[in-house]
Amino acid sequence: MDEILAILQDLHPDVDFETCDTLIDDGILDSFDIVTIIAEISDAFDVKIGAEQIVPENFNSAEALWDLVRRLEDED
Amino acid sequence: MLFTSYTFIGFVFLLFALYYTVPARWQWRLLLAAGYVFYLASGWKNCVFILVTTVSTYVLARRIGAYHMQQESYLKEHKKEMSREQRKDYKAGIKRRQRRLLLAGLLLNFGILAVLKYTNFAIHNVNLLLSAAGSARQVPTADLLLPLGISFYTFITMGYLIDVYRAKYPAEQSLGKLALFVSFFPQLVQGPINRFDDMKETLFSPHKPDRQEIAFGLERMLWGYFKKLVIADRMLTGVTAIVGDPQTYGGIYVFVGMMFYALQLYADFTGGIDITIGIAQVLGIRVKENFLRPYFSKNIAEYWRRWHISLGSWFTEYIFYPVSVCQPMLNLSRFSRKHLGDYVGKRMPVYMASLAVWFTTGIWHGASWNFVVWGLLNGLIIILSQECEPLYARFHRRFHVDGTFGYRLFQVVRTVLLMSSLRMLDCYRDVPLTFRMFGDMLLHSRPSQLFDGRLMSLGLTAADYGVLTAGTVVLVGASLLGRKGSVREMLSRKPAAVRWAAVYGLFLCTLVLGAYGVGYDSSQFIYNQF
Repeated sequence: MDEILAILQDLHPDVDFETCDTLIDDGILDSFDIVTIIAEISDAFDVKIGAEQIVPENFNSAEALWDLVRRLEDED
Repeated sequence: MLFTSYTFIGFVFLLFALYYTVPARWQWRLLLAAGYVFYLASGWKNCVFILVTTVSTYVLARRIGAYHMQQESYLKEHKKEMSREQRKDYKAGIKRRQRRLLLAGLLLNFGILAVLKYTNFAIHNVNLLLSAAGSARQVPTADLLLPLGISFYTFITMGYLIDVYRAKYPAEQSLGKLALFVSFFPQLVQGPINRFDDMKETLFSPHKPDRQEIAFGLERMLWGYFKKLVIADRMLTGVTAIVGDPQTYGGIYVFVGMMFYALQLYADFTGGIDITIGIAQVLGIRVKENFLRPYFSKNIAEYWRRWHISLGSWFTEYIFYPVSVCQPMLNLSRFSRKHLGDYVGKRMPVYMASLAVWFTTGIWHGASWNFVVWGLLNGLIIILSQECEPLYARFHRRFHVDGTFGYRLFQVVRTVLLMSSLRMLDCYRDVPLTFRMFGDMLLHSRPSQLFDGRLMSLGLTAADYGVLTAGTVVLVGASLLGRKGSVREMLSRKPAAVRWAAVYGLFLCTLVLGAYGVGYDSSQFIYNQF
């Protein structure tokens, strides 16, 4: 989880990612951010996030992203 | 059958009457029949193409969906006896078969679109190359049919096929229902490019007449007709005169044409979508909004999130994300980060995918270089403003202008001017000529020419200018009001006399001031040709 928070913080240092759960709904993360996050996560965790996983539920919070990573690790 | 023709209006009102007369379970079948009647009116040969797309998508999506179900039940049954590796192999095998089916669907349907829409563009370019190489040989152009709404229904069906492949929802089991989704006539000619999961709920379910919804739908249609007939079609006269004679109308008139076209396109396209959404609302069907006051955007990226929303989200979901997160792109990102640094590496996949999207957006709008250049310029400006973001942030911190009315106004004017400048490529439809006219506008503007009488030679009378000015004020006023919520709902809360006065006023204006008369064939909607 700390690694996810670090990746997000690096993109938007002014956002409180520990509490925010509307990152997509409130337009905090745009498509540029999402692609960067996917590239960083694929490097950090060795998982592949496909285009079909790019839905608001998976990107609205750091927690949701962490759940996605764990799910993908389990599948692998 | 144009939306603005008397035949279409008669057709729609007959359908409304029948829709609420037949047994409710037959309503979706009636809509399917209406869709094909509407489509047949454009020529029976067109139907062959839409049928091929519908049936092929139906068969392939069902097969892909069956593999999803097969995988689910097999893994459930054999989970305990299978190792992790075996499960992975099994899933990979299913995925391979599904991917083959998806590819077959994409190749067939995008192939049809490519051949019908782009063959002559390719031939034209080959001929240019032959001429440049000094050859006297020329390849003859092909006489190809371009079925009505092919770009729209191809995108709608391929979005559906990809969604089923991604297991976003199960494949539709009824061929009739899928055929209705593809051929739902109000959206067939100019979108929106709806998604199956957004529409299926209200498209196939039975509806009882709801007075309020029917009234809202009719009002929305009326608003659309007002925009199209009173503003867009009147403006078209001025735009055609200016663009058709670049020799006479240079300098400041290029600017006039540019602004006229910005207003014409907005009134034309949003008016068409208002009619679409209004018809659907009368039928009890929810269609997503396609515009969100785009000209009030603070930059071009935001503008594109608010203009033709369904096309933008289609490209983002089915091209931008898959291209930018595919393995070769991630590898390229790693390579660039290693050799060119973090900054370039991070941006590389995003910018390359963006340019791919904008190239496709351009070519989707039309098979000619002016649209390709228009698309790529949009992409380049968005990338440029992304790169300038830190600079803007510094500027905002230093001058504290962000959020002030003056700065907000500046941003809106900048968006309108930038978008209108880019659209000159759409007006002149010739890349060198567009740049020449743009240069002429900047370097030899000569504003005094506005008063030399030529303004009255554009085919517009003083009365027309009066109508256009009043129409624009109404348009902007409605947009401003719309920021606080639905204007129709606001109106419905007013006393009945106010509501009726507003509706009758709009109706009379459309009837009296609309650019038509007996035997007048209103111009085609601009987006019909895409």
